[in-house]
Amino acid sequence: MKFGEELKKSFFIALGLILLTFPIMVVQVNTIENVIVWRWRNLIFIGLGGFIFSFVWLLFQKKKSESSPQTPAGHSRLHRIIDEPRLYRPALSIIAFFALIFPFVFSHYQVNIMTTALIYVMLGLGLNIEVGLAGLLDLGYVAFYAVGAYSYALLNYHFGLGFWSALPVGAILAAFAGILVGFPVLRLRGDYLAIVTLAFAEIIRLVLENWNEFSFGPSGISNIPRPGFFGIKLTPEQSAIYMYFLLILMCIFTIFVIHRLQHSRIGRAWVALREDELACQAMGIDKTKAKLAAFALGATWAGMAGVLFAAKTTFINPASFTFLESAMILSIVVLGGMGSVVGVVIAALALILIPEYLRVFSNYRMLLFGAALIIMMVFRPQGILADRRKKYEFHKLESGEGN
Amino acid sequence: MNFFWDLFLGGITRGSIYALIALGYTMVYGILELINFAHGEIYMIGAFTALIAASILTMQGLTGISVLLLAMVIAVLYSSAYGYSVEKIAYKPLRQAPRLSPLISAIGMSIFLQNYVMLAQTSDFLPFPDLLMDVELPEAIAEWIAPSEFMIVVSAAVLMICLTLVLKFTKMGKAMRAVAQDREMAMLLGINVNRIISRTFIIGSALAAIGGVLIGSHVGRINFYIGFAAGIKAFTAAVLGGIGSIPGAMLGGLVLGLTESFATGYVSSDYENVFAFALLVLILIFKPEGLLGRSSQQKV
Repeated sequence: MKFGEELKKSFFIALGLILLTFPIMVVQVNTIENVIVWRWRNLIFIGLGGFIFSFVWLLFQKKKSESSPQTPAGHSRLHRIIDEPRLYRPALSIIAFFALIFPFVFSHYQVNIMTTALIYVMLGLGLNIEVGLAGLLDLGYVAFYAVGAYSYALLNYHFGLGFWSALPVGAILAAFAGILVGFPVLRLRGDYLAIVTLAFAEIIRLVLENWNEFSFGPSGISNIPRPGFFGIKLTPEQSAIYMYFLLILMCIFTIFVIHRLQHSRIGRAWVALREDELACQAMGIDKTKAKLAAFALGATWAGMAGVLFAAKTTFINPASFTFLESAMILSIVVLGGMGSVVGVVIAALALILIPEYLRVFSNYRMLLFGAALIIMMVFRPQGILADRRKKYEFHKLESGEGN
Repeated sequence: MNFFWDLFLGGITRGSIYALIALGYTMVYGILELINFAHGEIYMIGAFTALIAASILTMQGLTGISVLLLAMVIAVLYSSAYGYSVEKIAYKPLRQAPRLSPLISAIGMSIFLQNYVMLAQTSDFLPFPDLLMDVELPEAIAEWIAPSEFMIVVSAAVLMICLTLVLKFTKMGKAMRAVAQDREMAMLLGINVNRIISRTFIIGSALAAIGGVLIGSHVGRINFYIGFAAGIKAFTAAVLGGIGSIPGAMLGGLVLGLTESFATGYVSSDYENVFAFALLVLILIFKPEGLLGRSSQQKV
């Protein structure tokens, strides 16, 4: 038997899982009536599911360990498609065409979901500057998102500021918050930085939740106006379509800026910083300045996404800015492949759209999300599309020699 | 004075629980340099298992301290098994991966376990039986301190002393310290590193489970989400004391518990967690290596 070893192993794993999950899965205590419900049927599910799952898991792991030395990173099929102009140009035009007709073909509901997904594309790309390029692990990215959303909501509430003037203000305030957070914590190394950013995000969320005079507490702010279209009043359907195109434009703008940044002086400094901080300093790069720039720029995008989010939903409260949201955005970056723009876009769309269309499993959504993160990390830690450095290669003239 | 004493006691009680959970974080971090995000969930699962076990035992007619002890043993066994499995599934395949990967997988594991418990049990708060109240205290002590608080502080102290002794004097403890200091060198000297890592997870999970049982009994209710806040605060405590340092985690837990208690008592109870996190930020800015941690030298 070829799979004998794996079958035997998975049998024992399934047995172990049955034992492990026994109290939580089988016993349910009803504390009101003081009775215990025994759900023995769950054991069968766990046993069968565990067996099949661990079998597949072991097979993949075996395959991975057999094939890993030969395949060099960054030469996957996806990369070949992206590199080949004959393939990616038509693909890009099809995507562009689809994006253009999307709101006119699909329903209002679909357009709204797509708009949300596009906000996450922006957030993912913004965090990509911090995590993917500069290697600064930020677990509190959602704080800057909140700053953006609340600055639009509050400025509108108190001073009647419109969307278009709030957009740059929100971006600047978020960037300022980024510098404010970044400045004291830049001396810290990776994990400390992660936990401090997480702490900052929690502080901001808790203040928003409790400081009723300032932020209206947990009940949030409603009636935030949607962006105006040259003074024309739009129906909700029209404004959803308008919002959609606005976000498409913002995403294109983001991709453009990030693409330019990536290969600029500061972008290369970030990548160097990510790879080796000390060596990078020795090469004469101002570490503090580069890190602060990464924080500020990453935060700017979160701020803009926040303003757009507030304008789209017309209602915000602190519950939208929890740690789970940060984890979601970070997962987008990591699943997409750190530093890779195309990967992040694909991951953001996948992570937001797939759960939306799998409403049948809505209860199991987060469970599957958690499992997907683990599986992805175990089997493809470089993400959907690993980032590659730009290489400059020298090719000999091949035709010139024969003559 | 009385108010002060109450706050002090509350802080110490809370702090000992934080310290118990923080030990798991700090031990894992010391060895793997990994923030084990799922550790808070292990604590939550410990509390749930104890609740289930205690309910079954009470219905079988058992009472008093035997329920507490049995429930605690079952919770410890199950939590350790969970901790062990979590390590095997989510972290072991990622030993050679870049540093961010295990962290993401830890976040995934944390989300997974939360939802697993929520779906299999309930999303509501469950009342936790008051197992600690049955303990009778001598009058001289009972005048000053509630029995549940006394039990928590004493058991936490005993556990921490045991852990310190184990780490200091047993062969396994020595191996653990060796792996934490230099994993490759330890491997060369014939230490089974994988087994040591597994044991670290088991010990950390067991401590977290005991913390879960104690706090569940003290607070009186649990739900699937308690692991998140407790986990973050325990991690804060570990960082406060200097991550990787065992006495640091204990001290950090106590400092954090006291800070929270006094700040909520004298300033405002709405901002309980804000004080904890603000303390963390301040400590890290002014003393990044933590209270008792050693600063590490970086090399290229």
